[in-house]
Amino acid sequence: MATAAEQWVLVEMVQALYEAPAYHLILEGILILWIIRLLFSKTYKLQERSDLTVKEKEELIEEWQPEPLVPPISKDHPALNYNIVSGPPSHSIVVNGKECINFASFNFLGLLDNPRVKAAALASLKKYGVGTCGPRGFYGTFDVHLDLEDRLAKFMKTEEAIIYSYGFATIASAIPAYSKRGDIVFVDRAACFAIQKGLQASRSNIKLFEHNDMADLERLLKEQEIEDQKNPRKARVTRRFIVVEGLYMNTGTICPLPELVQLKYKYKARIFLEESLSFGVLGEHGRGVTEHFGINIDDIDLISANMENALASIGGFCCGRSFVIDHQRLSGQGYCFSASLPPLLAAAAIEALNIMEENPGIFAVLKEKCRRIHKALQGISGLKVVGEALSPAFHLQLEASTGSREQDAKLLQEIVRQCMDRSIALTQARYLEREEKCLPPPSIRVVVTVEQTEEELEKAASTIKEVAQAVLG
Amino acid sequence: MRSWAGNLSGSSLIHPQRTSIHPGERSDCRKIAGQVGLAGSQFATQYIKSQNGKPHFYEKPVVESFEEAPLHVMVFTYMGYGIGTLFGYLRDFLRNSGIEKCNAAVEREEQKDFVPLYQNFENFYTRNIYMRIRDNWNRPICSAPGALFDVMERVSDDYNWTFRFTGRIIKDVINMGSYNFLGLAVRYDESMRTVKDVLEEYGVGVASTRHEMGTLNKHKELEDLVAQFLNVEAAMVFGMGFATNSMNIPALVGKGCLILSDELNHASLVLGARLSGATIRIFKHNNMQSLEKLLRDAVIYGQPRTRRAWKKILIMVEGVYSMEGSIVNLPQIVALKKKYKAYLYIDEAHSIGSVGPTGRGVVEFFGMDPQDVDVFMGTFTKSFGAAGGYIAGRKEFHSQGAPRMSRSSPADSAEEQDLVDYLRVHSHSAVYATSMSPPIAEQIIRSMKFIMGLDGTTEGLKRVQQLAKNTRYFRQRLNEMGFIIYGNEESPVVPLLLYMPGKVAAFARHLLNRKIGVVVVGFPATPLAEARARFCISAAHTREMLDTVLEALDEMGDLLHLKYSRNKKSARPELYDETSFELDD
Repeated sequence: MATAAEQWVLVEMVQALYEAPAYHLILEGILILWIIRLLFSKTYKLQERSDLTVKEKEELIEEWQPEPLVPPISKDHPALNYNIVSGPPSHSIVVNGKECINFASFNFLGLLDNPRVKAAALASLKKYGVGTCGPRGFYGTFDVHLDLEDRLAKFMKTEEAIIYSYGFATIASAIPAYSKRGDIVFVDRAACFAIQKGLQASRSNIKLFEHNDMADLERLLKEQEIEDQKNPRKARVTRRFIVVEGLYMNTGTICPLPELVQLKYKYKARIFLEESLSFGVLGEHGRGVTEHFGINIDDIDLISANMENALASIGGFCCGRSFVIDHQRLSGQGYCFSASLPPLLAAAAIEALNIMEENPGIFAVLKEKCRRIHKALQGISGLKVVGEALSPAFHLQLEASTGSREQDAKLLQEIVRQCMDRSIALTQARYLEREEKCLPPPSIRVVVTVEQTEEELEKAASTIKEVAQAVLG
Repeated sequence: MRSWAGNLSGSSLIHPQRTSIHPGERSDCRKIAGQVGLAGSQFATQYIKSQNGKPHFYEKPVVESFEEAPLHVMVFTYMGYGIGTLFGYLRDFLRNSGIEKCNAAVEREEQKDFVPLYQNFENFYTRNIYMRIRDNWNRPICSAPGALFDVMERVSDDYNWTFRFTGRIIKDVINMGSYNFLGLAVRYDESMRTVKDVLEEYGVGVASTRHEMGTLNKHKELEDLVAQFLNVEAAMVFGMGFATNSMNIPALVGKGCLILSDELNHASLVLGARLSGATIRIFKHNNMQSLEKLLRDAVIYGQPRTRRAWKKILIMVEGVYSMEGSIVNLPQIVALKKKYKAYLYIDEAHSIGSVGPTGRGVVEFFGMDPQDVDVFMGTFTKSFGAAGGYIAGRKEFHSQGAPRMSRSSPADSAEEQDLVDYLRVHSHSAVYATSMSPPIAEQIIRSMKFIMGLDGTTEGLKRVQQLAKNTRYFRQRLNEMGFIIYGNEESPVVPLLLYMPGKVAAFARHLLNRKIGVVVVGFPATPLAEARARFCISAAHTREMLDTVLEALDEMGDLLHLKYSRNKKSARPELYDETSFELDD
């Protein structure tokens, strides 16, 4: 049956062919030929193709010469000749074999060789050994870590704190945990390198404002507001952050926090505050710049600081409300993917916190000392003091640059060297010149600690004065 | 099961004579050692010993296995996630409509009108799936992370949103989770006296950077020792392993350079590569065809669009991969790198101290020459029981015009310069980060001397051998039981595949009840459907401990149906059960 039907269809088709008009057949014939041509013709000529032959490829591989892995570097590069410290880097320090008074280490509260801190670390060493052998997630959480987080949160009067095993990694991990591609970060030009790296890792849209210039920040925020009104859909998901430092590492100045908080609420941008220099320094109890200005700490979304300066241990922490901080436990790269802080370092930090809480007077002493040396260093011909009077780390810059950065650095290095000869250990502030977003001018960084006596401060000031006069005069 | 034993010996890329050293080269080494102030003779003898005193691994079959899961397991795994997701939506609905109380921390009242800090979907997985089983992570311990440790018991009254400590301590849990490969992370004993002395002398902090006032003589001592340990000319140490990668890679490569990175590289390598500004291309895990194709294309076609030649190409791999337990295919990578004149950056975080006959890492494991690797990176967190990381490499002493020392390989072109000195100047870490704590440095020095036998004993070597023995035993027994185990048979990182999210939690909880601490990992650290448990074998594990664990795993495997492997069970008699023979009977 089926075959008969098929045959019938075929017959019908042949009949239809006979009945079709000639022009139709011709047209269809042409179309069929055209299709065949399209199928088999080449759309390009062979000699125009750029495919390389195997031989050519081999030649290319043979010819390619990479740049060296690292460019040559001369042996007398200033940065290659590090100062070598023998023994503890505390108040009195042996640099390159010479005993000096230390005006270079950020040991603000003199806790680095505090016997109580050492004893606490030792007790921890006896119980836990040294390493943790794992990240926090995988049995790297010790009771000491939980204690330290608890203590830091209580000390700072925040809901929660989270610790990192490296100061630099703290803010550099915290920023990209929140700020993602497409978000906008307003950041001070003078921000330190760790912030710069955090911003780079976040791949957010970065807007720099002039150092401590609130008018400039407001201008940028306003610009953004106008931008947002144009595209409200996008604005609804674009987070805005302001990233500032409490005391700026690169300038020794304080951020105008009250104005920043006003701008925060006016333009609905969250504030991240880096307090590595101001934690344990500013404020009546050393809680940093929020206490200094009497700002409610809840108005700051995230505070980060390292435990390597005032606390004289290793590592860093972030603190704030649980809503914000807890997120880092799964998203802070330096937290999740790194081994946790060795317990003896955490124990040292806890003991340092104890000492800070027991001696709140220590912060006033530090401030007094800062003021004193700050005053004593005024009026050196050729050198200017850069930084607040209450900042324990400030800079001495050349009043007039020689015109070349290298030459300036050499002059300053000569001052440092001669001060070192006269038992005052100083150092230039070091930067990666090609990597810094806004490279600060060369400077000598002076660090004040509570251990320095009045005589030592006077001596340092007068030495710097004399040496500077000899070198620059 | 895939094996690259066959193509190792057969490949034309591998020259068997590479492992033999020429007399001229040997004397060069001695010269270099003298110049950098190492103990010259010792350096040279070690060099020879490590080259000649052991079998060549090229002939040795290297077996890595990544068995595929049966289909029904995959189906159930995805179903598990599907059901979890459905319930997640239901719970979210209940929470949003106020029927279920929401335990999550909330935004401040004053900031409700800000742009939300988190996207809702970002946290869906965390809130609805991770939260159900999160008691299996971040378990706090209160002792050294040795072979046995003490876990602080905690309970949750609100389905894992918060935890409450009961105050009870689960004593002597067998630790299968910490990277304590050589058992050097233990509580204080007499061998750590030097660490105590350094702590008492120096304190714990440094409060300055390497460039400013933070280079201590301890750091110098450590760096010289690390170089000696690795058989290279120079090394630099940093305070954190993660940062060693993320803060040094940008100093080595930049715009116009190409990074070829293994797809399973650690987050720190990925971050470093991203921060460097170089172009990143990913090759399949340990897949030499994939790598060679990328290398070829990169050299032939240059940079995209501009077609300019790449400035340099850096291959980034790890020694032992921490989630897969695989060992890098170093001989072939070195051959490829030489052929295409690329540079090789190898992260030995998990392999240093733990593989190789004397614990010198993958280079020694394959019996190769340290000169073949351009950048050695590693951490002190694992085998050394400390913290921090290092970068080490060649140092060449040729000033302008001076005749160059003879080098056997053409890849060491005349421009090859001093890696470590360059990093001393340009490393982000050296300029901006506080240097390593002195007692930590001393712990590394102590551990390293112990492994090298510089403490006058062979205990260190015994530990390395014990680790290899434990690893083989543990892996073999698991294979025999029929579990799917990933990785190289000599890798002390042993992933056991669990697949289903529900089993992950059951596995870890049951084992903790039996006083065994394991690490389980799931998405996003692994592919979604490949949740696994990961054991880290330690030299400190005794045979009894391993047997206890294996017995528990055997039962657990039956209880949770984890014995997925379809490979024929080994017909070999159990090699390691001497202890169970009762000779007196």
